[in-house]
Amino acid sequence: MNTIALVGNPNSGKTTLFNALTGSNQRVGNWPGVTVEKKEGSIKYKDKQYTIIDLPGAYSLGSFSEDEIIARDYILKGNPDVVINVVDATNIERNLYLTTQLLEMGAKVVVALNMIDEAKAKKIEIDINTLSQKLGVPIVPTIASKRKGIEELVSKAIELIDDNVDYKAHISYGESIDKEIENIKAVLSKFDLDYPTDWVAVKVLEGDPYVISKLEKDYALNKTSFLKDLREKEEDYELEIINKRYEYINRITREAVKLPEEQIETLSDKIDRVITHKFLGLPIFGLIMFIVFQLTFAIGEELLGGYVAAAVEILGAGVENILIRINAPDWLISFFIEGIVGGIGTVLEFVPLIVVLYMLMGILEDSGYMARAAYIMDNIMRALGLHGKSFISMIIGFGCNVPGVMSTRTLENKKDRMISILINPFMSCGARIPIYLVFISAFFPNHGGIILFSLYFLGIFIALLMAKIFSKTLFKGESSYFIMELPPYRMPTIRNVLRNMWDNVSEFLVRAGTIIFFVVALLWVLAMLPVGVEPYSQESILGKIGTLIAPIFAPAGYGTWQAAVGLFSGIAAKEAVVAILGMVYAGAQEGTALINAIQSAFTPLSAVSFMVMTLLYTPCAATLGAIKKETGSLKWTVFSALYSFAIAWLVSVLVYQVGTAVGLG
Amino acid sequence: METMALTKLGPGKNCRIKKINAGMMATKRLYEMGLNTGSKIKVVKNDIGPVIVSIYGNKIALGRGLAEKIIVVN
Repeated sequence: MNTIALVGNPNSGKTTLFNALTGSNQRVGNWPGVTVEKKEGSIKYKDKQYTIIDLPGAYSLGSFSEDEIIARDYILKGNPDVVINVVDATNIERNLYLTTQLLEMGAKVVVALNMIDEAKAKKIEIDINTLSQKLGVPIVPTIASKRKGIEELVSKAIELIDDNVDYKAHISYGESIDKEIENIKAVLSKFDLDYPTDWVAVKVLEGDPYVISKLEKDYALNKTSFLKDLREKEEDYELEIINKRYEYINRITREAVKLPEEQIETLSDKIDRVITHKFLGLPIFGLIMFIVFQLTFAIGEELLGGYVAAAVEILGAGVENILIRINAPDWLISFFIEGIVGGIGTVLEFVPLIVVLYMLMGILEDSGYMARAAYIMDNIMRALGLHGKSFISMIIGFGCNVPGVMSTRTLENKKDRMISILINPFMSCGARIPIYLVFISAFFPNHGGIILFSLYFLGIFIALLMAKIFSKTLFKGESSYFIMELPPYRMPTIRNVLRNMWDNVSEFLVRAGTIIFFVVALLWVLAMLPVGVEPYSQESILGKIGTLIAPIFAPAGYGTWQAAVGLFSGIAAKEAVVAILGMVYAGAQEGTALINAIQSAFTPLSAVSFMVMTLLYTPCAATLGAIKKETGSLKWTVFSALYSFAIAWLVSVLVYQVGTAVGLG
Repeated sequence: METMALTKLGPGKNCRIKKINAGMMATKRLYEMGLNTGSKIKVVKNDIGPVIVSIYGNKIALGRGLAEKIIVVN
């Protein structure tokens, strides 16, 4: 099957175009070996199927980030039959920079001149024929958000597949650089390279670390003095080559593009004056985040979560009826109801929450607000040794830490990313709320709000404190510079928001679903064995584990085997804690019996201490799985599990001991 | 014609980039985002936090530390 690759700058409307091209015919996977998303789709044109690969958004095809390397490797080695280069018409010179690089590679390119309507509104006049002629590539004007120009774009792209024109741009980089390129080509011509020789020659002069190390390793070129000589010269050439590319672009745009004399103040500019205002920016950000949470919990948890819980209950009752009718033994019924249906329920009850959270985050992202939020937060985050973008993963962590950890992918710098991953579990996820609620209704029915708020605040405080400590100790060095494009505000498209939500939710379902389901079933087995014991009693394996570890928690005020079992199951899944506490204390999964049992087993002080523990201690198995995947390191995963436990224990003991000393016990 | 750091310019001021004194990685990134030597930029916002500049209406926020290393002529 022929393949078409989509390439473009971030914010060029590439994703919108991809969605418009493929509709629901797309799948998301990963590029081999890295955590960068790979999006693939297919289209049908004149009875033939074509694969469309959406390459990661990039400003350049150098080796600045994983994204760039993936995009350029795919173009050079994956050999797409044709490349659609999405160019933002309102920002044409910068976008054409990527185009020149594609042409240097000798790729077959069709330019989708996107957002042509916005360019018109900004009084940018583009003579498409001249531009196409000068660049030497076909250009199709498009408005991806309104699905305009899509047909023509596809037919142009497919026409090009069978065309054998040489599209390679011949850019002059000035006399001395051109001469140098010829010299390098002469040396390289002796080798059989994976990449086109003249492209490699330019990359060597640009000091591209990836290409140079490849040459050194695969072709033993370091044995010659060739690369060393070059390295001394490359300093001057690196930036000069970029400037020459822009000169090349300027020569073309001078004839084909007319920009307005005065920049018109757009609606975006006006909105920005309020949104990014020195004093108003932060309160507005706070307000928006507050609304996001209110909506997430009101719609996601209370409204939809209730329906899901009810549906799971009906499913459980149905399964129970069938099992009773076929005279299944009690242990099998219990396994299906508490183990399997319980496990499925634990995962499903979480889905509405993250569906709503991701839709809202998608709206903020698609509208252009997220970039402003990163801008507003950069000062605060930087003071703590983090990057402006880190807060996005923290906010997602309030819903669930699994997607929270996954979302650190947008951070390019390793230091920023590692710290953001390690502090994410301190963001109190939705699964911990039921635990707080049980203890609040047992001891503080009239002060629920302030207790919840204090717990969230404590989580944020510890996260930021640890970020500061990590950036001074384990991850020294500069945070990456803050460079962020602030795209114009746009109406979010429903298609993009839903698509993005579904990609994230389905990944959550697969990742968390398998782990949570497995551990909940495992907990059930531990509670039932050895055969013949009273389920969920101290004699079961689960009870024995609890008895074994209970003394650790004595200084924190809850050294009972039941509390220990609850915490142990929380490492499996935080959602399991309330149900397990119910089973070990009251023989029922929830309700008044549990609250009464807790009132007699805890004191108000040890209840607070226990809530602090559940807030801060070891992340759940699904989150640890995500940490393992994103850091690619077992060492850091184990570290995350242990250090958070140590901190939780310290704070919890501190709360209990200080509280007792001042007479609160 | 006066040479100065980008952070010295108030909002609404136009200037051209003369030189960027940051590390190669950051400098290259700026170049590739259209902030190469000779490019005409306008300061949109410069009070607290990152400086916002506009290149023909396209806005880019630059951390203050970085903006200090961008030398411009007005």
